[in-house]
Amino acid sequence: MKKERHPLAIDVEGVSFAYNQRNVLEGIHLKIPQGSFLGIVGPNGSGKSTLIKSILGLLKPNEGTVKLFGEEINKFDSWSRIGFVSQKANSFNSGFPATVFEVVSMGLFGKIGLFRFMTKKYKQKVYEAVKQVGMEEYLSENIGQLSGGQQQRVFIARALVSDPDLLILDEPTVGVDAKSVRNFYTMLKKLNNEKGITLVLVTHDIGAMSEYVTEVACLNKCLHFHGNKETFENKKEEMMSAMYGHDVNLLEHNHEHDHHHHDHDHDDVWRDKQ
Amino acid sequence: MIDVFFQYDFLMYSLYTSLMIGFLAPFLGVFIVVRRLSLMADALSHITLTGIAFSLLLGRHYPLFAALNPVYMGIAFSVTGSIFIERLRNVYKFYKELAIPIILSTGIGIGVVFISLANGFNNDLFNYLFGSVIAINKQDFYVVIIVTIIVTALLILFYKEWFFLSFDEEQAVISGIPRRTLHFLFMIMVALVIGISMQIVGILLVSALMTLPVAAAMRWARGFKQMFFYAILFGEISVLTGLISAFHLDLAPGGTIVMVNVLILLVSITLTKKR
Repeated sequence: MKKERHPLAIDVEGVSFAYNQRNVLEGIHLKIPQGSFLGIVGPNGSGKSTLIKSILGLLKPNEGTVKLFGEEINKFDSWSRIGFVSQKANSFNSGFPATVFEVVSMGLFGKIGLFRFMTKKYKQKVYEAVKQVGMEEYLSENIGQLSGGQQQRVFIARALVSDPDLLILDEPTVGVDAKSVRNFYTMLKKLNNEKGITLVLVTHDIGAMSEYVTEVACLNKCLHFHGNKETFENKKEEMMSAMYGHDVNLLEHNHEHDHHHHDHDHDDVWRDKQ
Repeated sequence: MIDVFFQYDFLMYSLYTSLMIGFLAPFLGVFIVVRRLSLMADALSHITLTGIAFSLLLGRHYPLFAALNPVYMGIAFSVTGSIFIERLRNVYKFYKELAIPIILSTGIGIGVVFISLANGFNNDLFNYLFGSVIAINKQDFYVVIIVTIIVTALLILFYKEWFFLSFDEEQAVISGIPRRTLHFLFMIMVALVIGISMQIVGILLVSALMTLPVAAAMRWARGFKQMFFYAILFGEISVLTGLISAFHLDLAPGGTIVMVNVLILLVSITLTKKR
């Protein structure tokens, strides 16, 4: 597989999206360089999942464009470079009779393609991915028998098995206990450091995440902040009250009137406060 | 006890047909059950009844149709019904199961009208409803073989895609699996298998052969592959013992096959209770 080295893993330009005329995303500009570990935070209903769906090509934005590895999304076809762990991954039907091996191997089906079968080479890949997340003892267990944290690891393995360059995780730690969450983030950090995989982590849990990521983006309809972690730490208090606090309604009201665009370099501009 | 099945051609055809449907119905049934479409098999079998009634009605008025096995018309109707179900499931996106009662009642409603027009019930119809040991002739048997080969080949060919779609449709679509085409193909296969199975087990009980062995298999299987092993094993046991006992006791095979299935299911549930 050819891997042209485009500097940006994801390039979102001016994306807006509305469900039934209600704006969910407004003029989002987000450039995510390869090799970064970005945490996207925002309250419920802030459009995080909608943004992710646009990046994955599941939703077509009303305005703006999305590029993956420098390529327009509707022309992009190497989906096996992208791993995705959805919010729904741990709300699957836990009675489904599939083993850990079988679940992880699904991550390869797109890459293998139609009319072709799992070969030894692919099975080897499955073993490696399962090992990477430390679940090799459970290979032939039914997925439903595992704990929430273990299941989440299996879904990560499924996303990793096709050797993605970009891994997108949408609220992966919902319903997972605190200790497992830390182990989980440590594992992600390791993947980012050792394999250079670009990670995008969507969460509403800011505390736990900020120890591990390199960049943070705050989303609530529009992108309120995007920059490195250090800047975020300094501005944290301010941002939290802005995004989660009581004046959030006021801020949203303001958006109706001022529609100027944000760009990536606006690290330290907290525009809604101005 | 089984010797007699090799002495007469028509019994031999029934026996081999049973073995093939004992394999096919549970094989397909595993996907039906995990996709929560167990009742769809019922809806499609009732549409098959409509087709059969239509064919019987035509047969009374046009000699040309009298020579045609009503099962083919039944298969045609059930394939059409499967297309409508898939459509309706898209129309009622949030209440997908509505498609099933709509198609089911439409099928019976029109079927009953056809049956009345054809002057009511007769012995043929009874056989279609509950199955028959002697329904399969040479020509039907060839059709059964062809359907078995096609459906088995497709199931093996698209196994991984259907498995992925059943487990996690969203992810499957992201990784580029053609959802619509595969769902459509699947429905047509279900319609075909119902068409060939109903000659032995009967319209009213055909869905049992697709779901009961799978329900029992679920109690035993570790992983998806094992589901097929157990489901097909139970399916074959039930059709064999069901068919042979039906013949010797002069009963409708549909009933005996289902009874064996229920027995297997009860035993499975009892023996695996601690899990």
